[in-house]
Amino acid sequence: MIGRDLLGIEDLERADIERILDTAEHMVEIGEREVKKVPTLRGRTIVNLFFEASTRTRASFEIAGKRLSADVVNFSPSSSSMKKAESILDTARTLDAMEPDAVVVRHAVAGVPKRIADVLGAPVINAGDGAHEHPTQALLDCFTVRREKGRIDGLTVAIVGDILHSRVARSDIYAFSKLGAEVRVAAPPPMIPVGIEALGVKSYTSLREALDGADVVMALRIQSERLTGAYFPSTREYSATFGIDRAKLRFAKDDAIVMHPGPVNRGVELSHDLADHRPSVILDQVRNGVALRMAVLYLFAGRPGGTRRARVNVAAAEVAS
Amino acid sequence: MKTSQGEGSAGTSIARGTEEGLHGAVAAGDSQAPRILLDDAGIRRSLMRIAHEIVERVESPSRLYLVAIPNGGIPLARQLAQNLREIADLVVPVGVLDTTLYRDDLLTTGERPALRRTEMPSAVDDHVVVLVDDVVKTGRTIRAAMDALMDFGRPQAVQVVGLVDRGHRELPIKLDYVGKNVPTHPGEQVRLQAQAGGPPDALEVVVVSRADEERRAAR
Repeated sequence: MIGRDLLGIEDLERADIERILDTAEHMVEIGEREVKKVPTLRGRTIVNLFFEASTRTRASFEIAGKRLSADVVNFSPSSSSMKKAESILDTARTLDAMEPDAVVVRHAVAGVPKRIADVLGAPVINAGDGAHEHPTQALLDCFTVRREKGRIDGLTVAIVGDILHSRVARSDIYAFSKLGAEVRVAAPPPMIPVGIEALGVKSYTSLREALDGADVVMALRIQSERLTGAYFPSTREYSATFGIDRAKLRFAKDDAIVMHPGPVNRGVELSHDLADHRPSVILDQVRNGVALRMAVLYLFAGRPGGTRRARVNVAAAEVAS
Repeated sequence: MKTSQGEGSAGTSIARGTEEGLHGAVAAGDSQAPRILLDDAGIRRSLMRIAHEIVERVESPSRLYLVAIPNGGIPLARQLAQNLREIADLVVPVGVLDTTLYRDDLLTTGERPALRRTEMPSAVDDHVVVLVDDVVKTGRTIRAAMDALMDFGRPQAVQVVGLVDRGHRELPIKLDYVGKNVPTHPGEQVRLQAQAGGPPDALEVVVVSRADEERRAAR
């Protein structure tokens, strides 16, 4: 039984994840029709509340909502004016008064979607919060692997790159582990969070060892804007040791696929050639993302009894008192 | 109605599709055996008669297109296609059309139902589409199926086969071909399922009272 909000993969049971993936499987067919629209969420409103800039994820949610006939409203308050917690909740309450049926939230600070979910009537879907979680990205990654490999159970998934700052890595670790895959992480030591093994992953500082026998190689974006400290000597050195190219890919299984959450720094975490060609499946990830988000909206948005007006009133009363 | 097995004339395999989720199947040896409305032989006879009626009724049989409503409609549509090939040498495309995303009660029921597959092998434009469902009651599923169908093109005509017509219509929908009219109580559940304890492809239509259903669910 799926809960009201989708805040992180950590909260999901294996059966919940499988149900979302199974639903997405059927949503793929709608994207292949000439008329790519079904009336399921007609008359329902989905708000994209993005405090942090995003083109891809927001567009993906927008297309997903529109294919289900929902009205999708994009709301992007500037991050700078939103640093105080009160103003975030004010924004949430203002939105709530417009009675949306789901609110998709992205914020640079971990925990904000949860905070908003606590005061909002509508279900909240986390579209990425700080270095915490990005559940729909992990779900679309699992979905893509399942479609490519036919299964996830028993596979070996190697996540390479800035694990420390990556919400995608966290969500992927939870998702692939819950579905029965062995998850490995590989990066220069400063980019591997202390205690990551507690999540059930093996960590490596040697790319070769991490890739040995891997079915899936997931390269993460090197976010130079976040890397102010001395995480690695230079982009060139990172690329030489941890950048994936065809030569290094030979360490993995012969039929290994390469994934990346995008956008790719070509020539840094992935070679130019791999960024564009098989065995990388980056554009399949994007395509599958729409079907997966349709599944998430179908399962979470606008369910009757899916609003918490009583709780909002309580919260409002607390604020007033 | 209980007919002996020997009467079945269309002795061919009915349902490679039965494994596709006629999951209401009652375990053999169930003490609360449900009442059988239509056994396997009866279903085969009905589908053969309906195939003859379709050939007789449809002006341009070359434009026929069978569309099954899952899950129950799938084995029935396959058998109808086979019957049409046998009696009139017609090769009829068979599509599968899930109506879940077109239901009119999605926004009033709490948990969202599981989706089923949709597979339309070719365009429906200018075809005579025959929707195939196992049990028709309120007509709401047929309404949803017609809406879904229109998203795939503009059929020349749409007709409906219902293996069992229970009555209790809530929408102005009439069936063109009926296997069996069965007056039932609205609270009863009528369903097509794999024949309890029968050969793997045998089907039957059973009626289960709400009390039986609750006992089953409780176990």
